[in-house]
Amino acid sequence: MSLASLTKDWAATSYGFLDASAKRELRRKMLKAIAVPGCQMPYASREVPMARGWGTGGLQVTLTLVNPASTVKVIDQGADDGVNAASIRRFISRVSGAAETWDTLSASIVQSRHRVPEEVMREDQILVLQVPNPEPLRGVEPNMSIARQMHADADYGKLWLTLYEQIVRKGRIMQGAAYPSMVNGRHVMTPSPIPRWDVPKLNMAKHLTFLSAGREKRLFAVPPFTRVEPLVFSDRPYQVEEHAHLTCRRSGLSGYFMNEIPQDNGGSTFEVSDSNLGIKAIQKAEGAPTEIGETWYRDGEYSA
Amino acid sequence: MSLDLTPAALEREAPRLMRARPLLTMNNISRSFGDVRALRDVDATVYPGEVMGIVGESGSGKSTLLRMMNLEDTPDTGDYRLRLPDREDGNLFDLTRYQRRMLCARHIGIVYQNPHLGLLMRQSSSGNVAERLLIAGERSFDVLRARAREALDASEFPLERMDARPIELSGGMQQRVQLAKAIALEPALLLLDEPTTGLDVSVQALVLDTLKRLQRDRKITMVLVSHDLGVIRTMADRVMVMRHGQVVEQGLADQIFQDPQHPYTQQLVHAKL
Repeated sequence: MSLASLTKDWAATSYGFLDASAKRELRRKMLKAIAVPGCQMPYASREVPMARGWGTGGLQVTLTLVNPASTVKVIDQGADDGVNAASIRRFISRVSGAAETWDTLSASIVQSRHRVPEEVMREDQILVLQVPNPEPLRGVEPNMSIARQMHADADYGKLWLTLYEQIVRKGRIMQGAAYPSMVNGRHVMTPSPIPRWDVPKLNMAKHLTFLSAGREKRLFAVPPFTRVEPLVFSDRPYQVEEHAHLTCRRSGLSGYFMNEIPQDNGGSTFEVSDSNLGIKAIQKAEGAPTEIGETWYRDGEYSA
Repeated sequence: MSLDLTPAALEREAPRLMRARPLLTMNNISRSFGDVRALRDVDATVYPGEVMGIVGESGSGKSTLLRMMNLEDTPDTGDYRLRLPDREDGNLFDLTRYQRRMLCARHIGIVYQNPHLGLLMRQSSSGNVAERLLIAGERSFDVLRARAREALDASEFPLERMDARPIELSGGMQQRVQLAKAIALEPALLLLDEPTTGLDVSVQALVLDTLKRLQRDRKITMVLVSHDLGVIRTMADRVMVMRHGQVVEQGLADQIFQDPQHPYTQQLVHAKL
């Protein structure tokens, strides 16, 4: 044994960019977050070479989880080819040596901004959601100290009241994204600004989900097989977006969450929001040997 | 005028007071804020179905005592018991914050002098009432709506305005929304902290009429704090007179107003007259 075999060459940055103490702290907070599902854990959000609000929370969690055997997929509003998604994916790969992928089925870590992939995720996969505002009570209680007391007391009356008010004023619940959801029957979380369409995918999911807000320095988790229940009145059922009847103009897929593309004539066309699912559908139609996994929704109906 | 205070007369005048066990009992309540002793060894007893009036000058400790009854504050010494069907006897000041909140939500209603303390000004009036039901666990929108309507109606609030925000309402209407919120869960105890102060005389009379009707119809036990002896005289069965954080005199309302014993009470009554 030589000294050289016990040491490493000097490197400009640590493995996975974050230094060991940062990753240790994040790991401890992630374990606590798993232990108390839906409860926000504060952490010392580090500087990363990206502006706050662009996914620094998700990036720090991914950098802590990643290892050379990982395969990383990064999506932004469902798309793998967005500038932000591509930059983050390349950065993670560069600092960790992890493989990159666009395919949900072959990824071990999926970092996402505002979507959950349409293909069902497995037990060996981790979803990391970027969260701009982790506090579901912010809209009803501006004082965060009081908001934390309200979480401690499970005092969600005011949150329910906002839903009541929406029905009174508009005739229906208007909350489009970040729908407040009760995790494991105890803590209400805001599931990042994923659409209502995606919230059922977190309920009793096989995969582990981390939700992390770098600017707000909070992370929380939904462990596998944990209840995630949107707050709904017993006589006003939860409704997802009415996308079941829409068809993707490029892939021909229907029954999935779509992006609306406004047209000059005032109308709209639609493209499937999970871009890689659309690509796989096109490849399959062209005869390529492509595997499309089981999806959470079938023919626009949640079925998982 | 001499009063007949024989046991037989008291039995005739206030039968429920003589027969019932107390709903609320507070013993040796003391509270200091720095050098100021806001309450000094105060004892209070409230019987089911009665209206207990608390009078006294500003700073006498009556609102502090009411806040104690609503479990918003904890005294330096003393204990507080409420006789409730679903609760074992025990000092309520020993409860955790969460237990206090749940107990207050279910069993104690309060109407503040300042509606901003009791209402969410930018939510609908019906929503303000519904919030109390939501805290208690009601999760049906239609039931919430129906019960909010019922409580607002009982408070003589115009139902066509039930979805107006309190900030858009007059002071009298805001007090009615507070009242509806307070009675929505049919509390065992209704606390009223100067509910008519700041209202003009005609609106004051209407709010007092509503309170009287509620008391008569629903037999709600009330504790009414006011510096206005006229309001106390109109509403209260019994009166507690406070000064410098102490109870200087208490008794039946007629007794206090017609034959005050303590010099301070005499001064108060005569100042009013």
